[in-house]
Amino acid sequence: MLLNHTTSKIVERKALTVNPAKTCQPIGAMYAALGIHGCLPHSHGSQGCCSYHRSTLTRHYKEPVMAATSSFTEGACVFGGQSNLLQAITNIFTIYEPDIIAVHSTCLSETIGDDLSQIVGKAASEGQIPEGKHVIQAPTPSYVGSHVTGYANMVEGIVKYFAKKSDELKNQLNILSGWVEPSDMRELKRMLKLMKVKNVLLPDTSDVLDSPMTGKFEMYPKGGTTIPEMVSMGDSLHTIALGEWATEKAAITLDNQCKVKFSMTDLPIGIQATDRFIQAIAKAGSVSVPESINDERGRLVDVITDMHQYLYGKRVALWGDPDQLIPLAEFLVDMDMKPVYIVSGTPGKNFNKRMEEILGESVPEAKYKNGANADMLLMHQWIKENPVDLLIGNTYGKYISRDENIPFVRMGFPIIDRIGHSYFPTLGYMGGLRILEKILSALMDKQDATCPEESFELVM
Amino acid sequence: MERIIKERSTQVHTIGTSAHDLDCEKKSLAGSVSQRACVFCGSRVVLYPIADALHLIHGPIGCAAYTWDIRGALSSGPQLHRLSFSTDLRERDVVFGGEPKLYTALTELIEAYKPKAAFVYSTCIVGVIGDDVEAVCRKVAAEQKIDVLPVMAEGFKGTKKDGYKAACDALSKLVGTDNNFQAPPFSINILGDFNLAGELWMLKEYYEKIGVNIITCLTGDGRIDEIRQAHKASINVVQCSGSMMHLAKEMEEKYDIPFIKVSYFGIEDMADALYEVAGFFKNEEMLQKAKELVSEEIKTLLPALEPFKEKLQGKKAAIYVGGAFKAISLVKALRLIGMKTVMVGSQTGNKDDYNLLQKLCDKETIIVDDSNPNELSEFVKEKGVDLFIGGVKERPIAYKLGIGFCDHNHERKEALAGFEGMLNFANEVYASVTSPVWKFFKR
Repeated sequence: MLLNHTTSKIVERKALTVNPAKTCQPIGAMYAALGIHGCLPHSHGSQGCCSYHRSTLTRHYKEPVMAATSSFTEGACVFGGQSNLLQAITNIFTIYEPDIIAVHSTCLSETIGDDLSQIVGKAASEGQIPEGKHVIQAPTPSYVGSHVTGYANMVEGIVKYFAKKSDELKNQLNILSGWVEPSDMRELKRMLKLMKVKNVLLPDTSDVLDSPMTGKFEMYPKGGTTIPEMVSMGDSLHTIALGEWATEKAAITLDNQCKVKFSMTDLPIGIQATDRFIQAIAKAGSVSVPESINDERGRLVDVITDMHQYLYGKRVALWGDPDQLIPLAEFLVDMDMKPVYIVSGTPGKNFNKRMEEILGESVPEAKYKNGANADMLLMHQWIKENPVDLLIGNTYGKYISRDENIPFVRMGFPIIDRIGHSYFPTLGYMGGLRILEKILSALMDKQDATCPEESFELVM
Repeated sequence: MERIIKERSTQVHTIGTSAHDLDCEKKSLAGSVSQRACVFCGSRVVLYPIADALHLIHGPIGCAAYTWDIRGALSSGPQLHRLSFSTDLRERDVVFGGEPKLYTALTELIEAYKPKAAFVYSTCIVGVIGDDVEAVCRKVAAEQKIDVLPVMAEGFKGTKKDGYKAACDALSKLVGTDNNFQAPPFSINILGDFNLAGELWMLKEYYEKIGVNIITCLTGDGRIDEIRQAHKASINVVQCSGSMMHLAKEMEEKYDIPFIKVSYFGIEDMADALYEVAGFFKNEEMLQKAKELVSEEIKTLLPALEPFKEKLQGKKAAIYVGGAFKAISLVKALRLIGMKTVMVGSQTGNKDDYNLLQKLCDKETIIVDDSNPNELSEFVKEKGVDLFIGGVKERPIAYKLGIGFCDHNHERKEALAGFEGMLNFANEVYASVTSPVWKFFKR
């Protein structure tokens, strides 16, 4: 299909992104805000942004996604958006009754120079924020970074506003969860429970974007990190921040603001990254690793042992967000696979460094790129030059999968043509098992469908 | 209705209970969880189905990412429209201006893809930083010798409706540029069908059967060369009037081509559309063929609808869609399968649309303009609705409330137009309303 439009010849592009492997900041801010209990995200800009973000999140989670908009018009662009936001704050508290409004900006409001903190300050001083209610904010200009940056900015905005240091140290850890699925948030909580470590998980979209069917529409479902939890983060023993791109900013802010030290660790995808996560928890929480966790690890390793002959040397192409791609590439290498092509639209200089560490020796032929022009066209062109056995990434890989007849495992954001991502985690050892199962099924389904009759096998 | 915003009370009306006319075509209130989108979105959804054109979005990446292959507008040939091209503006460009980047991107793209024409969409930010998009388009057009059409669609410049106008303005620059073409007799243009789920192909078949030629469809399965010839048609047949009326009116003034408004949803409206076209040409043979076609289709369709109707009799429906004209057809189509519409609304309806709806619907039906999830869910509960018809953002709300759903917007998978479409519609509604899943919880 798209085949007609993609050539294998790679021309140096100066000013063009084709089929992006990223999107813009505000949607990340909206997703992060949905992981706070009783919070209504608010988009300060034109209606379209809010509408697109709600549609995209709705398509990915198949859940209602609520957010309000400042409904900018030409007037707002000329005179500034202050009156829109002030009116919006009043309307929202009256009509939708959230506990918290999480305002994020857009490229438009940033460029006309609206100062969110000044406007929110004005709303507070003029008594437009009812007693016990809160308005938090984060700057998310769409022309800087990507959706991951927006997520990071909102999480930072949350801790900046809520986390307070009191005299009383709490025997708990802060876990900054990174941009992962509700299922992953649930899995993080399960692992921490097994390790008997008290914690505050921020944000937490489980029970918000995977809420059960009850026959009722809840504007604010039961999940999400609560206000007392967020406030208490300033008194925690330590912060474990998962994924540098999504959580480092918030971790640094917590440290500066409340003197809670932090450890940066990768998202626990695969064996080694999960090992590091578990170790970090054990150390920060002063606990030992329970046997049940060791058993989970053992089961994952066991399955890889059983199936390693099918994994050996398989060439894989990956795209998505750096925080996912780094541990995923490492996991693939650990399974004797070859992540040969990796793109991420999200900029950040550590990407190349980390990939070099992971792939330099084991997959010297690997090509990876992030930031400008690291898009799905480039990925497709690389594949056309020298094909791969497997694709792993968000929904947009389906064009390449169909054109080139390559098995495809969906992981990342958005996934709008399959289900499962919000219910089955990819984090931790159990998540590793799911990734492995999906990879094997995809490879073996292709083999069954395409191998000659004489090599068709029952036992695999 | 407890939590309706006071300022919005004039945009909600219950037939038979209050005297006031429904307020509409208003800007959404700041702070509302509006289901509406922006000017850019309006232009993008209208022009997107033109399959052999380049669609370059000049703005930050989001605007392109969210409209990448936004709805299933199918093409029988080229697929260039399904790719996502963006200038991906960064902070530097915002400070120093994005014109050089736009120029380079356009040039590179045209050289690489050799499109028939290029549309360049300007987004919110481009309007604010003041890039002269028109000048860049002119320059590239002269250098590359193809039409490069600016679509002035800054998101904040109004509502989605204004985006439709921006799209029509761009299209009108193409219409009339091929004068060598000789149109066959009985030629029409279809305006306002976007070939979702291949609906245009069904319509084409009907028209061909009664002896009508279609020069082009704006914009479903659209081609640039055909659009250039559109001014040779005898009449424009407009379906999605909200989006394409500007162009229809302009072509009437400029080329003296009259237009009629039709709908292809439901038996009645589909049949009327064919009769009206035949009536326009004052051609007895064509009218006869249309009557034959309709009676032939109905002969198989009505009995096929019967089992659905039996099960759906007396069930209640709520409709909240983009354009109100579509809602009008849906009320009739639902009636045909025994269902009653108890709430109907749209994002962009005008006075005429809503007056028509008031006449068409029963007493006590709630009519609503530019609604929000709170209102929608309140109305649905209040009225004991069994089916919701809407778009992507309404679907999960309906499901959470435990009622059936039918997508009549971007995510439509089944062709719902025409006679075949009516059967698909009945099937889809039936499947959703009577799904056994609803028995697992209390509504």
